[in-house]
Amino acid sequence: MVLSAGDKANVKAVFNKICGQIDEYGAEALERMFATYPATKTYFPHFDLAKGSAQVKGHGKKVAAALVEAANHIDDIAGALSKLSDLHAQKLRVDPVNFKLLGQCILVVVATHNPALLTPEVHASLDKFLCAVGTVLTAKYR
Amino acid sequence: MVHWSAQEKQLIANIWGKLSVEECGAEALARLLIVYPWTQRFFDNFGNLSSPTAILGNPRVRAHGKKVLTSFGEAIKNLDNLKGTYSRLSELHCDKLHVDPENFRLLGDVLLIVLATHLTKDFTPACQATWQKLVGAVAHALARQYH
Repeated sequence: MVLSAGDKANVKAVFNKICGQIDEYGAEALERMFATYPATKTYFPHFDLAKGSAQVKGHGKKVAAALVEAANHIDDIAGALSKLSDLHAQKLRVDPVNFKLLGQCILVVVATHNPALLTPEVHASLDKFLCAVGTVLTAKYR
Repeated sequence: MVHWSAQEKQLIANIWGKLSVEECGAEALARLLIVYPWTQRFFDNFGNLSSPTAILGNPRVRAHGKKVLTSFGEAIKNLDNLKGTYSRLSELHCDKLHVDPENFRLLGDVLLIVLATHLTKDFTPACQATWQKLVGAVAHALARQYH
């Protein structure tokens, strides 16, 4: 799966639009993921997952920062996220299926806050981008 | 059999009451074909699917999307017997249409995005969780008679 020039432009446009709220979006995506796909909570036994949790907010910021980094280096996502890829392979070992689940929740957050932004074409590009990020993060698993 | 709490049934009914089945159904199917283009393989006879604009405007896509979401309405009326409700359709999708059940999950994901864009802040995390459970249960029921 390859990101076309159109995809890259769409992704950058989305991130330009949402950069001011991206930390909150990261936290909300996690909150939605925990509610919608309860098995994902198994990776956070050490977290307080109650609504408004500072830990979830903090983690949402980290996730958002990584996505911004990937979007800013969209021609070399593997390079930009190499250290994160190592971390997921060696330490975190989150099952690959979960990246799709978080990706879906990120799309829902963008959709609820910016419905006009998420046209079908942009939806397709953003979904491809999030898949690419998930692929990079699991690339060194075995 | 899937168990539905009173709160879940309420959330489902509330959201369903706010939807235009025709609009949301058409948009959900169009988005499926646009975001996951390989799903077009089932619709060779639908005419022009050459671009997002063509897909969104395609009358057969719109009509079929409406049909699919109308069927969801049946599920909502029969939450305690999804298996029975979808038994015939499940056989049809396996024996005649030859649709990989993964496609039901993809359509479910896309439908939630459509709900999110239409309902915005009303599509709370609790709503999303309930509707994810619903689309998952429908997908499961549709795959139930596969052999």
